[in-house]
Amino acid sequence: MLTRIFDRPTRIFFLCALFFSAAVIIGACFPPDGLWHVSPYTVSLLGKYLCYAILALSIDLVWGYLGILSLGHGAFFALGGYAFGMYLMRHIGTQGVYASAELPDFMVFLNWKELPWYWQGSDMFVFACLLAVLVPGLLAFIFGWTAFRSRVSGVYFSIISQAMTYALMLAFYLNELGFGGNNGLTDFKTLLGFEIHSPTMTVALFALSSLALLLTYFLCRLLASSRLGLVCIAVRDNEERIRFTGYRVEHIKLAVFTLSAMLAGIAGALYVPQVGIINPSVFSPLFSVEMVICVALGGRGLLYGAVLGAFVINFAKSWLTTALPDSWLFALGAIFVLVTVLLPQGIAALFPRAWTLLRPLGNRMKYGNKNA
Amino acid sequence: MIRHYFRLLFMLLPLLWAAAPGSVLAGQGIYLPPEVKASLSSLNVNERSVAIAALIQDNSEEAAALLSALQGGVLYVQREENELYLQGPDGFTALTGTEAVNPERGRMRRVGTNIRQRDEIIRFLNIRSLKHPLAETRRKASAALLTAPDIEPATLRGLLAAEEDTVTRNNYTKILAIKTLSDSGAGRAELLAALRELTVLHTPEAQQLIRARRASSDPQIAQSADRALRQTEATIQHIALFETIFFGLSLGSVLVLIAVGLAITFGVMGVINMAHGEMVMLGAYTVWGLQQLLPGQADLAFVLAIPAALLVAGATGALIERTVIRFLYGRPLETLLATFGVSLILQQLARTLISPMNRAVETPAFMSGMWQITEHFSITCGRMYIIVFCLAVFAMIYLVMRHTRLGLSVRAVTQNRAMARAVGVNSSRVDTLTFALGSGVAGMAGVALSQLTNVGPNLGQSYIVDSFMVVVFGGVGNLWGTLAGGLIIGMVNKFLEPINPINGAILAKILIMAGVILFIQKHPRGLFPQKGRAAVQ
Repeated sequence: MLTRIFDRPTRIFFLCALFFSAAVIIGACFPPDGLWHVSPYTVSLLGKYLCYAILALSIDLVWGYLGILSLGHGAFFALGGYAFGMYLMRHIGTQGVYASAELPDFMVFLNWKELPWYWQGSDMFVFACLLAVLVPGLLAFIFGWTAFRSRVSGVYFSIISQAMTYALMLAFYLNELGFGGNNGLTDFKTLLGFEIHSPTMTVALFALSSLALLLTYFLCRLLASSRLGLVCIAVRDNEERIRFTGYRVEHIKLAVFTLSAMLAGIAGALYVPQVGIINPSVFSPLFSVEMVICVALGGRGLLYGAVLGAFVINFAKSWLTTALPDSWLFALGAIFVLVTVLLPQGIAALFPRAWTLLRPLGNRMKYGNKNA
Repeated sequence: MIRHYFRLLFMLLPLLWAAAPGSVLAGQGIYLPPEVKASLSSLNVNERSVAIAALIQDNSEEAAALLSALQGGVLYVQREENELYLQGPDGFTALTGTEAVNPERGRMRRVGTNIRQRDEIIRFLNIRSLKHPLAETRRKASAALLTAPDIEPATLRGLLAAEEDTVTRNNYTKILAIKTLSDSGAGRAELLAALRELTVLHTPEAQQLIRARRASSDPQIAQSADRALRQTEATIQHIALFETIFFGLSLGSVLVLIAVGLAITFGVMGVINMAHGEMVMLGAYTVWGLQQLLPGQADLAFVLAIPAALLVAGATGALIERTVIRFLYGRPLETLLATFGVSLILQQLARTLISPMNRAVETPAFMSGMWQITEHFSITCGRMYIIVFCLAVFAMIYLVMRHTRLGLSVRAVTQNRAMARAVGVNSSRVDTLTFALGSGVAGMAGVALSQLTNVGPNLGQSYIVDSFMVVVFGGVGNLWGTLAGGLIIGMVNKFLEPINPINGAILAKILIMAGVILFIQKHPRGLFPQKGRAAVQ
């Protein structure tokens, strides 16, 4: 069982991920002027990438294994983020601009007298965490249930999922909805009583995000290597045949889609405290498309490809915006075009190729050059 | 809405008079009694009121011209000489007709007016223009009087007796009826006649008066007041309905214009073209570019921009197809990713080459203005032209797809590529041309959009989701579906908007998105699903 889950790429991924996380956490503990020091800014930036990586994993689960291209996964991510943001918002308390113990600042500003019903209970940590998982899950369940039952698939599903996130974006821009409108939820102060912007908290959140990534990866591997995973791949490759073999394709799709949305919600919940803001722009179709491109760039259906893609794209974005502020979109656009045209399997496809190139070399090093 | 137009008209009237004050006064000397001149150039407001009253009393052509200059704020006093001057486009001219002694701007003081004085002058000028020889002017003045019926009934009856123009007569009778209603001492027969007269009038003030009469103790008066009120409301509702339909049609045709290009690239070729919005953007920039090349000829530039946008966006589309999409056929979801990259590059090109800011596009003269359909219902020409343009573009595409060799080849290639090639269709050339056509049409949509929204690098992004929705709702691969889908979505949108006065537009959009999502669950292939061989894929 374990050997099936931990095949060679997974083992390598776990080793790399553990090494990377440990390096960052240890680096953050070094004194600020040391050579190996990792600044809190870098730590929170990497933590953000980790959240994107979890989101990319959740997209890869439905796209790579089921062949469902969702252009609305950003909505699940954002809903998770908003759910956890509500908790953080409630704990600003009297530290806010209007110093209202009961209401978040924007509600005071809108002249609201009491909390709307859906904000009730959001000050409890466990409840907020549950919300962050269950709300995206519920939305995905309802959306998927109607869509898969009537066999909406392929391009149609992509377009309506894009419409879903677009409609939610418009709704969250409204002040009347009670989620801060344009500005979203921000200005957080504390998390579980600790100051949210302290270096320790940053490292703790980073560690939590890496743990979440590893657990998500493990879960995805568990699913992919199980019988269900095999059926998923079969659905991706020939849905008709699986349906005629007697499987309820819509149930399989619904289960995996809902699970994937929950994972996206967790990613969103971890994202908010590290970035310090959640606003309707996360619902924008462009964000979702970008995340899909991360998966495509990394290589879909491989899991580690999605993580790799999320890191490469977001790192490129961060790096290019500072290095080429005027023309970074040229570079980003060119990356998208070139990768899809020249590397249809993604960057991850280069690894086996590199492996076959390098293996003779490795053997030679191991066994010595017999011909010499 | 109607009330608003009346207001606007009423506000504009004095401006029209003020625009030509020099026509009567320039060059010729005007004799002003010294005491009037003295009090007009006085610093005391009350003194000036006396002068205005005297001028109104005078009621001569010159007095009217002088008052209109005063009202328009072009009457000045030279500080030292205490002489009156008119400000014209080329400096100051003395009112006396004598050559000005080099009047300097700094030595001039404008003759000020307060609101009450201006109102008085406007009322005076308005009543004067009721006797103007031009029927058009009398019509406007009487219409303005309708909103503010500030005139003696006796004067009005005199005017009515002398009037020949039916529209003006009509306005007079209505004003008289309003006067009767507001008169507490009016007789029963008079009131009934007045109420009969006021069945299709839309000023809120008149409605208020009728409403007051509904509480009358006389049952017959109360009844006819009620009837007048109900008929008025019915008319208002009809107009509101027509307006909503018209706005819905115009929004729908914008959606159709944008989506019809996508219906070709996405619907027919199966390419998810995320750069479609940028083709629209290119078209809008073409209008701007041509207007820069042909300064002062906004109309010509706009008309030339239509074929130019087709060419520019079409050529860009052909280039994209040859360099990128060519390698991705059969992998529709990957065209999404590549064209997304292309859209980023095109947006950044617009930012780098032109500007990150929005560019101002002039509205051609033939597109501004209103088209008066009935007495109370008018529509903007710009929107009308966009509806016509949309239908023309749609007809063009339909003809190309149905009745040309290219269209035949396109349909053949999409239905069965191998077979089409076998009978000698150059399928790769057809692909390029089809994509260029779809992109070119998007460019033409951009020409129309340049009149409706800001022309900037983000223009395309804001429409991409909408256009995909239209195509999917209508049924992929079906041009008629796109037309029907776009018009239905536009219409429903405008009918939903009144649900909330503050953010009805956004709520309507959200509801439409939700509606289309639900519709797709019920009809996964859209409004007009493809049948037969074309649907096999």
